[in-house]
Amino acid sequence: MYGNAYIDPNQQHSILEGEDMEKLAAFEARIAQGDKIEPHDWMPKEYRKQLIRMIEQHAHSEIIGSLPEGTWITRAPGFRRKLALMAKVQDEVGHAQLLYAAAETLGKRRESMINDLISGKSKYSNVFNYPAPTWADSAVIAWLIDAGAIINQVTNSKGSYGPYCRALDRICAEESFHLKYGHDNVVFLATGTKVQRQMVQEALTRWWPPIMHFFGPPDKSSVHGEILMRWKVKMASNDDMRQQFMNMYVPKIWDLGLQIPDPNLRKNEQTGKWEYTEPDWNEFKRVINGDGPCNAERLAVRRTAEERHRWVRRAILGQGVEYVTPLA
Amino acid sequence: MIIQSLDPRVTRARIDQEKEFQPLDQLDQFETYEVFHQKKRGQQHSHVGIVHAPNAELAMVFAKEQYSRRGQCVNLWVVRTRDVFITEYEDADIFETTPAKLHREAESYKVMDRIQAYKERQEA
Repeated sequence: MYGNAYIDPNQQHSILEGEDMEKLAAFEARIAQGDKIEPHDWMPKEYRKQLIRMIEQHAHSEIIGSLPEGTWITRAPGFRRKLALMAKVQDEVGHAQLLYAAAETLGKRRESMINDLISGKSKYSNVFNYPAPTWADSAVIAWLIDAGAIINQVTNSKGSYGPYCRALDRICAEESFHLKYGHDNVVFLATGTKVQRQMVQEALTRWWPPIMHFFGPPDKSSVHGEILMRWKVKMASNDDMRQQFMNMYVPKIWDLGLQIPDPNLRKNEQTGKWEYTEPDWNEFKRVINGDGPCNAERLAVRRTAEERHRWVRRAILGQGVEYVTPLA
Repeated sequence: MIIQSLDPRVTRARIDQEKEFQPLDQLDQFETYEVFHQKKRGQQHSHVGIVHAPNAELAMVFAKEQYSRRGQCVNLWVVRTRDVFITEYEDADIFETTPAKLHREAESYKVMDRIQAYKERQEA
């Protein structure tokens, strides 16, 4: 999950408790006619809460996601790939900045978001808790994880919150290079020597389960889910996005003669839907709650970056600084 | 425990995995600057987003890095967020052009009818 909206179905009280029904009606009418909501507009408490969580998780995913890929910067094969990988990693960190800014317009300070990431209170996309043991892993991430991210981001960019949509438009424009770069690296290996083919096949086999986890577990239909759809916070079901991903990328993977490690994977020509083995959702829950192969390292690296440069930030913080919420 | 990573940069940084984290203070990330860019000469500057910075000079450095990585920029402005005056969306009715202000609209000037009538009178 890149940061999908979700309301705990066990939540006892109504999420609309205490809202001004007249203002709520005007708010919903505005969204229904396709208008965007801007930071100073009236909005229900739950709308604000869900968006902060979603955009913040997305920002954390960008910044943590640059770590598995960064693993290969020093050893990328050849100068051009090294330059391209550095540029991609810089883009990801830049995307985090744009998303933190969008979340800030809703009233959560960037310091709080960073603190919540490092303390483990906030989550980020589960896929980045897995390692990239070979160069081919970084190629598979750049192609297929970015492909999943683009599907998620294009979908969410049609949502109702103006600052998030604007950040996503800018991000999607930059991601197209990532996808091409990743595809280029995978194709190079898949059309290369026997050893190179084997390397990319092994990376795909390792990454297929996390890729299947990427869009999150199937949504259970609920009243809350319908409200989030009506508010255009959630724009598509997790399964719909997964189907879209498979439609676009499974044929491309098969075209390279690579094997996807799921004997049940096939497109049902009658329904037009992909059939597949459900990935292990217990593992997904276990990893998202901290028990994955790289969770501890990812957070320790992030913590260290904040800690070791804190003295520089203190030294350049001027007098009379006053924080106000960014405008848009 | 010092982290031994697949990433040689992480291993070299000698990171203690168990170390406690002191949460960031309120102004650790400074204040924000609103960024405006001009895509090419002759076009208007437009708002593109914000950067966090301790002063205008560094805001400019970050803005250049954040908003002009793909070219498409010939000029940048940064201004402290707290120095910007804004209107509220709930006051958007101040921008409504009332029907009484039709004298501002080009299409409320209909001369052709009058010219036509004049010509008909001349011919008669």
